[in-house]
Amino acid sequence: MTDIAWIDAALTAARPQAIGALLRYFRNLDTAEEAFQEACLRALQKWPVNGPPRDPAAWLILVGRNFALDEARRKRKHDALPDDDMISDLDDAEAPLAERLDNSHYRDDVLRLLFVCCHPELPATQQIALALRIVSGLSVKEIARAFLVSESAMEQRITRAKRHVSSAEVPFETPGAPERAERLTAVAAMIYLLFNEGYSASGGEVHVRVPLCEEAIRLARLLLRLFPGESEIMGLNALLLLQHARAPARLDANGAIVLLEDQDRSKWDRKLIAEGHALVDKALRLRRPGPYQVQAAIAAVHAHAARAEDTDWAEIDQLYAVLEKLMSSPVVTLNRAVAVSKVSGPAAALAMIEPLAPKLDSYFHFYGVLGALLSQLGRTDEARTAFDKAISLANTAAEAAHIRLHLDRLMKDSGAAGAQASAS
Amino acid sequence: MLYSILCYKSEAEVCSWSRAKDEAVMARHGEVIERLTAQGRCGPVARLLPTTTATTVRAGRKPVVLDGPFAETKEQLLGFFVVDCDTLEQAIDIASELTIETGAMEIRPVHFFAPGSPKR
Repeated sequence: MTDIAWIDAALTAARPQAIGALLRYFRNLDTAEEAFQEACLRALQKWPVNGPPRDPAAWLILVGRNFALDEARRKRKHDALPDDDMISDLDDAEAPLAERLDNSHYRDDVLRLLFVCCHPELPATQQIALALRIVSGLSVKEIARAFLVSESAMEQRITRAKRHVSSAEVPFETPGAPERAERLTAVAAMIYLLFNEGYSASGGEVHVRVPLCEEAIRLARLLLRLFPGESEIMGLNALLLLQHARAPARLDANGAIVLLEDQDRSKWDRKLIAEGHALVDKALRLRRPGPYQVQAAIAAVHAHAARAEDTDWAEIDQLYAVLEKLMSSPVVTLNRAVAVSKVSGPAAALAMIEPLAPKLDSYFHFYGVLGALLSQLGRTDEARTAFDKAISLANTAAEAAHIRLHLDRLMKDSGAAGAQASAS
Repeated sequence: MLYSILCYKSEAEVCSWSRAKDEAVMARHGEVIERLTAQGRCGPVARLLPTTTATTVRAGRKPVVLDGPFAETKEQLLGFFVVDCDTLEQAIDIASELTIETGAMEIRPVHFFAPGSPKR
């Protein structure tokens, strides 16, 4: 590895802690980012010569803080009316650094930084873009590429989002337990959305965007390291790891979707599966179930099956029943119907999803599952109508192509049992 | 004399490695394992999953199970067992049996395992 590569890795790893702490000192996102940038520049000069500091985050915070304080003092001399807000936390910042850099401070700093990005008035895509820019440190260009928009459009979007959050009041005191739990929930949801954006792209040519999934996992791991006893954060990590383990098998060489039951399971990442399993086990012992844990448990059942036909569908059905209780939603019921079709046959599953039609009228997967169930029941014409509707609702080219495959099969078999059209 | 070599590195960094980087490191370690094995000097080698998957059993009149790694610096790592268990509960039972007056047994799922066969 070259000098720059190890420094780069260390800077990326330290970034959330460092910017989080700098945000607490200066209470201004731009100042915190600028201070961190400056500290990184100095690290690039110093570290190759002196070697890496023992605690890179602490080093960056100290250097960044000193830079920003100098800047503020310098501005003061120039300006008749100094911007006091910029240094409102001056006394606080003078306190001994060592005392402030324990884990619990890092923990709340990083959580606050992530939480700032999750402002409820920001649409999900902007929350994600902001987190990728501020917390992960991805360049605007990289984020623009991931969202398939132009760089200038993404720049504008991020600037707007930043303006929005900087005007929002986020308390800087150490949060109490309920507040912390609330922040954790919001942040976990944002990370989950980020993963989903990568796992099943909401638009464009590319169906799976691995870098977004990997970044989501990195943030989820960060959160779990800070809150190692939170069962839902364990569940979130496990869920993302188990889903991502299948990434190498989810698309074929031509970028077409390969269904779960048709995937080459030898391509699944065993290491991620092992870690996901371990976290599910650990979380379930705590007996504080939540939606992420249950979804992770479902993913674990799939991962456990050596062949598709070994899948314990009855267990999956039961887990979906638990999930319906925890998080009632037509999408959950739709997924449960797939398990029900395996356990009790397509007629039972169809009866389960038919009442969902009004709620899932514009949901691609609803018509995919509906079409598959109807074709299994030999109701070819109705199946074709459902598949046509699915194609019209497809988000990506791969989704549309996948349903077309079903239609072709339907024409050929003319009513013979088709494969599942559920999500891979 | 047998020595154990314990690998320490930032988990945040290692967990962010690309698959290629991870494989390169494992391959490099693999070469060392191969060489030492040929010389009859290689004992068990285990790569542990991240500390977030760890469970700790703390000794006491009634051992206490904690949901995290054993991270206090007051006590040091003394050694490690590799046991084959079907469930985490079984592993906790064994660890509870192994606790020594004070101190702790940390249970970590093993990802990569080569039992080795040192000739002594």
